[in-house]
Amino acid sequence: MSEHTVKSYDDELSHLSGMIARMGGMAEAQLGSALQSLARRDDDLAHKVIDSDARIDELDHEVDSFAVRLLALRQPMAGDLRHIVAALNISGEIERIGDYAANVAKRVLVLNQLPPTSRAAGVIRLGELVQALLKDILDAYVDRDLDKAIGVWGRDEDVDSRYNAVFRDLLAQMTGDPGTITASTHLLFIAKNMERIGDHATNIAETLHFQILGTQPKGERPKGISPGAQE
Amino acid sequence: MNQYIPKGTAKVSARGLDVFYGDKQALHHIDLDIAAGEVTALIGPSGCGKSTFLRCINRMNDLVEGARVSGTLTLDGNDIHDRRLDVVQLRARVGMVFQKPNPFPKSIYENVAYGPRIHGLARDRAELDEIVMNSLEKAGLLAEVESRLSESGTSLSGGQQQRLCIARAIAVNPEVILMDEPCSALDPIATAKVEELIDELRDNYTIVIVTHSMQQAARVSQRTAFFHLGKLIEVGGTEEIFTNPCEPLTQGYITGRFG
Repeated sequence: MSEHTVKSYDDELSHLSGMIARMGGMAEAQLGSALQSLARRDDDLAHKVIDSDARIDELDHEVDSFAVRLLALRQPMAGDLRHIVAALNISGEIERIGDYAANVAKRVLVLNQLPPTSRAAGVIRLGELVQALLKDILDAYVDRDLDKAIGVWGRDEDVDSRYNAVFRDLLAQMTGDPGTITASTHLLFIAKNMERIGDHATNIAETLHFQILGTQPKGERPKGISPGAQE
Repeated sequence: MNQYIPKGTAKVSARGLDVFYGDKQALHHIDLDIAAGEVTALIGPSGCGKSTFLRCINRMNDLVEGARVSGTLTLDGNDIHDRRLDVVQLRARVGMVFQKPNPFPKSIYENVAYGPRIHGLARDRAELDEIVMNSLEKAGLLAEVESRLSESGTSLSGGQQQRLCIARAIAVNPEVILMDEPCSALDPIATAKVEELIDELRDNYTIVIVTHSMQQAARVSQRTAFFHLGKLIEVGGTEEIFTNPCEPLTQGYITGRFG
């Protein structure tokens, strides 16, 4: 799309995208550090993740007020309108992702008080899958890459089935050895957080699809059966 | 091009409409249906042909020297450019409101009574009074001018003058009302009143409005047609046009990207 007659409008729109990209980068780093703190049983890193969450929240507010200002001053239409509405939406999704990463770090602090468990490895693998999803959707946002966004949208199913496997594994562990219930419950919540981050990445994919084409992706959103529903 | 099925039947229908001013072609082969009971907004940059199209509908272009029209333009299926058609009658059926309020230098009452009188719509003074009051009421102006009907129309504020012009257009019972940037000389409050009025009028009249305000087109119309360099680029539901237009040119124009 060519430039606006009013050049400062272009600058404002790219500033908005820039803020989203920066937020996304921070959420990615937070998720990476949270998983690393889990793998290494690293209290310091976990504390750092918890403390850094406020910065993402701050950026989320900045995006909100900047977007509202753009809506009021520019009265955007069509693609510009979708760009701004999408930014509002996506910043909210990223803020939630940041919250989940911080929650993982809090649980790592508790887990580190308990004996190490081999079950953490499965949760970390799930986390890595989600990390890849998040990275791809943020790349898709920066590059306005529709195919990549649709790819992420379709891959949420993998996250759900991996989560279900982790869920069953942890349940078996708890039934077999009640002494591990505390640790396994925290791991279960961490796994659930990962699954939720996957959902948020999918939401971002849907929003990006709307931003680029003005429509939602076609067809049913791929959805695994939630393990809670099976029990 | 957008697929758009109008709710009602086409009131005004253009097929292959070309308009020339001397050697210059102002409109190129326009195919456009204007549905009854709807507000259709015509948008586009200056010189795109939207006002020319509007002025064809009541043959205002006849007044322009060297203006030529080919193709067909129909009102209820009858050719507007038919030689046998009485232009005065046509203009009674297709009223017009202009960019600048242009009340006659006469009383408020006479401004509205003038049309019905020359068209013989009232048998006596009582009937004429009724038409005048009704028209002022429909134009949302009656309460403001009831006590001063004998004062000059030009003594009203700009917004009131514009609503007086709308009352004047309504008084002869038109079927179609054409509006050529009716709010461009009005302040935001007067604009809001006219927009509110347009919304109320659309149940009984087919309204076509030319506007340079995207927001106004988005607010008042159900259908929007975008013109560029004398061509109809895109027509569709107003919501689609302003949130997700099909044509890059439309997108460029409404987002302020060319000029």
